[in-house]
Amino acid sequence: MEYHIDTQVCVIGAGHAGVEAALACSRLGLKTVIFTMNVDSIAMMPCNPHIGGSSKGHLVREIDALGGEMGKNIDKTFIQSKMLNVSKGPAVHSLRTQADKAEYSKEMRQVLEKQENLTIRQAEVTEILTEEGRVTGVRIHTGTVYRCVAAIICTGTYLNARCLVGESITETGPSGMQRSTGLKDSLNGIGIPLRRFKTGTPARMDGRSLDYSKMTIQEGDKVVVPFSYSTDPADVQIEQVPCFLTYTNEETHTIIRQNIDRSPIYAGIIEGTGPRYCPSIEDKVVKFAEKTRHQVFIEPEGRGTNEVYVDGMSSSMPDDVQQRMYRTVPGLENCVIVKNAYAIEYDCINANLLKLTLETRDVEGLFCAGQFNGSSGYEEAAAQGLMAGINAAMKILGKEPLVLKRSEAYIGVLIDDLVTKDNREPYRMMTSRAEYRLLLRQDNADLRLRKYGYRVGLITQEQYDHVCAKEKMINDEIARLKSIRIGAARENQEYLRAHNSADLKTACSLAELMCRPELGYEQVAGLDPDRKPLPKEVTEQVEINIRYEGYIARQKRQVEQFDKMENRKIPANIDYNDVGSLRLEARQKLKEFRPTSIGQASRLSGVTPADIAVLLIYMEKYKVQQKTEQAGKDTDND
Amino acid sequence: MNRILELVLRSGARLAEPGEFTKRAFLGGRIDLARAEAVMDLISSGNEFARKTSAAQLEGAVSARIRELREKILYEIAFIESALDDPENYSLDGYTDKLMSVCQDLEKEMRSLLSHAEEGRILKDGIRTAIVGRPNVGKSSLLNHLAGEERAIVTDIAGTTRDTLSETVRVGGVLLHLTDTAGIRKTNDKVEQIGVDRAQKALDSADLILFVIDSSRALSSEDEEIAARIMNKMEEGKKCILLMNKTDLISGVKEEDVKTLFTSKGADCPPLLFCSLQTGEGTKELGDFISEMFHTGEIAQKNEIFISNLRHKGAVQEALDSICLVEDSINNGMSEDFFSIDLMNAYRVLGTILGEAVEDDLVEEIFSKFCMGK
Repeated sequence: MEYHIDTQVCVIGAGHAGVEAALACSRLGLKTVIFTMNVDSIAMMPCNPHIGGSSKGHLVREIDALGGEMGKNIDKTFIQSKMLNVSKGPAVHSLRTQADKAEYSKEMRQVLEKQENLTIRQAEVTEILTEEGRVTGVRIHTGTVYRCVAAIICTGTYLNARCLVGESITETGPSGMQRSTGLKDSLNGIGIPLRRFKTGTPARMDGRSLDYSKMTIQEGDKVVVPFSYSTDPADVQIEQVPCFLTYTNEETHTIIRQNIDRSPIYAGIIEGTGPRYCPSIEDKVVKFAEKTRHQVFIEPEGRGTNEVYVDGMSSSMPDDVQQRMYRTVPGLENCVIVKNAYAIEYDCINANLLKLTLETRDVEGLFCAGQFNGSSGYEEAAAQGLMAGINAAMKILGKEPLVLKRSEAYIGVLIDDLVTKDNREPYRMMTSRAEYRLLLRQDNADLRLRKYGYRVGLITQEQYDHVCAKEKMINDEIARLKSIRIGAARENQEYLRAHNSADLKTACSLAELMCRPELGYEQVAGLDPDRKPLPKEVTEQVEINIRYEGYIARQKRQVEQFDKMENRKIPANIDYNDVGSLRLEARQKLKEFRPTSIGQASRLSGVTPADIAVLLIYMEKYKVQQKTEQAGKDTDND
Repeated sequence: MNRILELVLRSGARLAEPGEFTKRAFLGGRIDLARAEAVMDLISSGNEFARKTSAAQLEGAVSARIRELREKILYEIAFIESALDDPENYSLDGYTDKLMSVCQDLEKEMRSLLSHAEEGRILKDGIRTAIVGRPNVGKSSLLNHLAGEERAIVTDIAGTTRDTLSETVRVGGVLLHLTDTAGIRKTNDKVEQIGVDRAQKALDSADLILFVIDSSRALSSEDEEIAARIMNKMEEGKKCILLMNKTDLISGVKEEDVKTLFTSKGADCPPLLFCSLQTGEGTKELGDFISEMFHTGEIAQKNEIFISNLRHKGAVQEALDSICLVEDSINNGMSEDFFSIDLMNAYRVLGTILGEAVEDDLVEEIFSKFCMGK
């Protein structure tokens, strides 16, 4: 007799995707079990020690706005924080923090342990059970079955993983953890093919062996901005830990070039495809042959350890080459390696198998998130985990799914890219992937997404009311500033001169004055005696919206165009065989993907604008036909 | 040929609808939208200039120019984006100066494209009309009459030579580009021969031929010669009106004989009108007749050409505006991430000309052009 336990949701894997998925489901009232190969590896950071950074910082803010955990957890455990790109426009400002890895993991484990409806189970899941195309449960290595209606696969880089250091290959998951092997056959059995990706990580060193006097110190910001909208800014003004910058040199590159044949990638041992955007030092030396040096950041792994992370020098060279190449870098001459750099290969899926809800198209109730979907990065994983968790819950609760548009969130861009585009390497979020980034700023994630978090039930009434009130204050203040006229009176001109600004030729509004580069909300305060004190989060939005009004308006118009195509829904029952003139490749793609909108269809690789035109013409005819048929019926009824 | 066609049609084939092959070629991805539109223009234009423009577009002249502009823009977008995502390997130092000069080049090219589009549009909208006939039948009087009565002379076309005179006039709401030619006749006089050659050229490029005949005199071999040349042109689809002038004088020629000029050679006789340029009798009817021919689409389908041009022109104009906005952003010291907003827009709208970016309104456009019947 089979031993079984009843639950509602099973989350397979407790990395950054898994924890967000499990927390979302349990917080929405569903009985949830989260499986991990080892409870000590919950929310582990097996690669770099940072959270956030260019475009990834946006993801963390969005996760937080929707009611996810990552932002709160890093606010509790960061050891350095910096707003990047402040010299550029607000669209590319991005928050980046150094995490205390052990603390981050420990803190998240506690959040999970305290969470109602959530059970943590250390076990390897070896089988997904289905009946008639629906998930019914999962089986663990002991044979025990957990019955559920939704399973969320978040296996990260653990599935059939192997780690490579030169000629040495070990069959382990990241950071020496036990890998998972059982699931592959089960997944293939239910029609889910796997593919192989690879990624890599640099060495960890004993910090005491480094000479920091030869490097440039990199400090955090004096005033730290928290990631989470729920964190009190006063709580994050802590003593920070510095990072250090140094560089590779020609000697480093020579050693790499001389030994390139011993790199498993160049020797052809590695089967998986690696990320172009996170290249190993070998790749950088080969690809940017003309560059005489590359940046290397030395980053602490935590307060409670001497270990440091050598950012910028991931590698899969043999031990001896690693040792020699690292030692050519100024400050690393006597470095002592604690953990080797290594490349890791793992099984993952092509996310084209998924719907925009992250549910597989063919197996009902089976959701996938994180690196298993072919992405890379903690933040990308967490974002997908949260969305998969929300959508699994919406499905069980019989509510409308949550799909964010590309024009609404980086998360929307991330998932649409993964599900719709042809990705042949681990997918990393980048600002350039977001077409409407001036609207998708890290500073307005709450204004964009709180409403969705509230709708699904992860954001409280109080939190929602707060953001609504904030929005109103922003709009009122903008309107007020536009209505106040400043005349060319002498005292005004003197005030402007005192602020290094040119005289007024004619009267203008305060809002117009604020558009001058040298002026801003604070600088015009003296011309605005009726101003009432407003929270900084409000004045910051007022300032951005006024200063960049023209650009924002133009981007909004682009979004309108975009939305027109997104809103042209393709009938679910469309028969692509019936659409004449479609090219064969396009027909196959459309049949396979079944895109929900013309917009999504237009982003499928292999579908050309001409195919879209064909499809639109067909849909138009279809609509007319249906109308005529309807009209015919109406007449019959008369 | 016709019989074969009849046979296949009877066995279930159907005739291609106008533009169907073009539609298929576009939808099949073999030609881009600008080319497809050019074919449609060609099909619907009865007017030589439009034909030539369309033919150039068909050869991809417009597409190639637009593609070039797009590539230049895309390069800059890609550079900015790379630098934002990978500041270590792509530096933006000094980039704004470079971008400014690229934008100025783009601006110049687009302005030139637009100004030519304007010239092309004026020419395209008018009907090229050649006035032919043997000497002294009243050709110049016709020109003066039309030009003088209608004071709405739009423009004088440069290049008027001593033998041909051109005027642009509006007759019954229709724009005509009138060319008065030297009398066509066989000659050994070199100078006169040049005039005759030019008259032939005017015939070649005309959409409408006004053949003026002196009704007070008998037909001559010169009239026969001119009729022969006109028949050649009629075979190419050109329209002709026969104008029997000098009805105020005693008739010297039978209507039947004039018709025989054409029917004896197996051609249909063109519509025949009577008038007296001396008294003005019948000239209003001429105007009405031309206007009617135009509006019934016999001469040129103005709207088809016009829309295609308007769409392209609008897109280039929008792209130009966007490039100017980039220049403003540079001048205002904005940071680089702002530039790509307007660069992207320029890239996108230019893409709509080629059909490489599909948008909702473009779809409407495709409908109005290609979605005839099935």
